[in-house]
Amino acid sequence: MTQTIVIAEMNNNAVHPSTAELVSAANTLGGEPTLVVPCTDAGQASGAAGMGAATIIAAKSGAFAHYDASGWAEALDAVVPQGTIITGASPQSKDLAARLAARRNLSVVQDAVKIEGGSITSPVYSGKAMQTVSASGDVVVSVRSNVFAPATGGATDVSVIDTDGNVATSVQEFMARASERLDVAEANIIISGGRGMGSPDNFTHLEAIADTIGAAVGASRAAVDTWEAIPHSMQVGQTGKTVNPNLYIAVGISGAIQHLAGMRSSKYIVAINKDADAPIFQHADYGIVATWEEALPVLHESLKGMMG
Amino acid sequence: MPNIIVLVKQVPDTNAKIVVNGDRVDLSSVKMVMSPYDEFAVETALKHKEAAGGEVTALTVGGAGAEKILKDAKAIGVDHIVRIDAEGEMDSNALQSVIAQAVADLGGEVVYCGKSAADTGAGSTGPGLAERMGWASVSNIIGATFDGGVSVVMPSGGGNAQMSVPLPAVVSCDKGDFKVRKPNVKGIMQAKKASVDVRSIAAPGSTVSVVNHALPPAKPAGKSYQGGAAAAEVAQLLRDEANII
Ligand SMILES: Cc1cc2nc3c(=O)[nH]c(=O)nc-3n(C[C@H](O)[C@H](O)[C@H](O)COP(=O)(O)OP(=O)(O)OC[C@H]3O[C@@H](n4cnc5c(N)ncnc54)[C@H](O)[C@@H]3O)c2cc1C
Ligand SMILES: Nc1ncnc2c1ncn2[C@@H]1O[C@H](COP(=O)(O)O)[C@@H](O)[C@H]1O
Repeated sequence: MTQTIVIAEMNNNAVHPSTAELVSAANTLGGEPTLVVPCTDAGQASGAAGMGAATIIAAKSGAFAHYDASGWAEALDAVVPQGTIITGASPQSKDLAARLAARRNLSVVQDAVKIEGGSITSPVYSGKAMQTVSASGDVVVSVRSNVFAPATGGATDVSVIDTDGNVATSVQEFMARASERLDVAEANIIISGGRGMGSPDNFTHLEAIADTIGAAVGASRAAVDTWEAIPHSMQVGQTGKTVNPNLYIAVGISGAIQHLAGMRSSKYIVAINKDADAPIFQHADYGIVATWEEALPVLHESLKGMMG
Repeated sequence: MPNIIVLVKQVPDTNAKIVVNGDRVDLSSVKMVMSPYDEFAVETALKHKEAAGGEVTALTVGGAGAEKILKDAKAIGVDHIVRIDAEGEMDSNALQSVIAQAVADLGGEVVYCGKSAADTGAGSTGPGLAERMGWASVSNIIGATFDGGVSVVMPSGGGNAQMSVPLPAVVSCDKGDFKVRKPNVKGIMQAKKASVDVRSIAAPGSTVSVVNHALPPAKPAGKSYQGGAAAAEVAQLLRDEANII
């Protein structure tokens, strides 16, 4: 059995809870996963305790202060043992997975949603088909979140290894997002509006619900292209972001194939649309045929009641 | 003056219905186009040339059928079009090895590519190529300016970061906040006449192989409601049935 190594998913210098799902994915390959935490300060690795790994290594380097693909790959390569490597599937982690794989002359399989008997399944053609591959020898695999149940238990002790990598790029300027809103790529619940919202001002109704339940607000391309006030960073779909939340609420969105490409793997989908024949309803767990003007106030009141 | 290379890949039109025949996706009756993000890569490469001079080469790895997208790139202004002849499946290691060899042969100094191909959805080629070349890389950029080097804008934790990228580098392009140019009649005529530089490069064997393709599992039919008042019941189900709220 090959050795498996999990690279912890980091968020604001802390181990992201989805890392425990990656350990669980590594467990399906057998072996006893080693969890490597890229950090600038070993204290940042404390969150990795009890996530099911047999060994925890804090890979400590100034190179990890900002993401730089070549610096991170070099610094991790020096610490990560040989074996099959598992990473998260955020844009940054997929980038790192590809660089680490190339550094070791390995292949990389991105966006795994199933690992079974050594076979790895991931969506292709924008989710219109599933591809299952088998690997001979070691590979690097990025694993989607919300697919594997988080692992628990395992090591709590962290050993620290100093490492370094040459950082090539530098940040000249950081432009904070105009709003403090959660990004759709990071959210567990997303409420998105389409052209059916009628005007960008009506997105305040979506924002109000988002604030109540801790959701991010997304949009269809038609909304982004039609209204200047709706930035491309909110766009979900083929040429926007691919999201995989627990809950996706589509409001006034028809459900074009390119929109589905970005959200069809959401665990639960709610659709609100006045047209009973809108394609989005074929993908909804709960479909409400109504105008948003009718449905959103009711939805908001009910959710408020539940949140106490 | 930089020697600029842009990677383009032929993929099914994003509107196409994907069918699976005998365990494999069957693309025989599907319209093929340039992968959408590659259009942004071509545009960024042409902008780089306009700012800094040099020449742009569009490069694809694929069969003869893939030459159409090279002609499309030629029609909007790239200088050279090159196809590395390859048929059949290659894993990421094999593909990147071939592209790295081609970029070295062509003497490229900066490579633009799409953030992910519309068929694989992977986003592996840009960063993987950069690692093989020992170059810097940035991924998923939404804008670029060229004053001496390359300065890119990309999403970064809660906003956008402007980053300076030393050359040589590989830059993978997301949908930018700009329009891509369309071909004019002169460009289309020139593209028709242009000849594709076809080369062959031996690929290492693949260690990852496709077992099968399948359609995504059909979702069981959901619950359907009429009228806005039903939103109250749906909210309840989100808590009691889906355990989300
Ligand atoms: C290469 C390519 C890439 C693309 N990438 C993307 C992408 O990344 N993301 C994306 O979303 N699209 C993408 N598209 C566009 C996509 O094809 C659709 O045009 C787009 O998704 C439509 O957005 P929409 O559903 O908001 O608008 P529409 O299709 O106009 O639908 C509006 C819906 O709102 C409903 N409605 C109207 N009024 C109300 C009301 N008062 N209450 C409730 N419902 C109402 C209508 O019944 C309708 O179903 C892409 C297209 C191409 C060709
Ligand atoms: N066969 C290929 N030929 C040329 N460029 C490619 C090829 N495969 C991938 N690319 C480039 O790499 C990008 C990302 O592809 P992928 O890593 O498959 O998501 C694409 O958008 C193309 O720019």
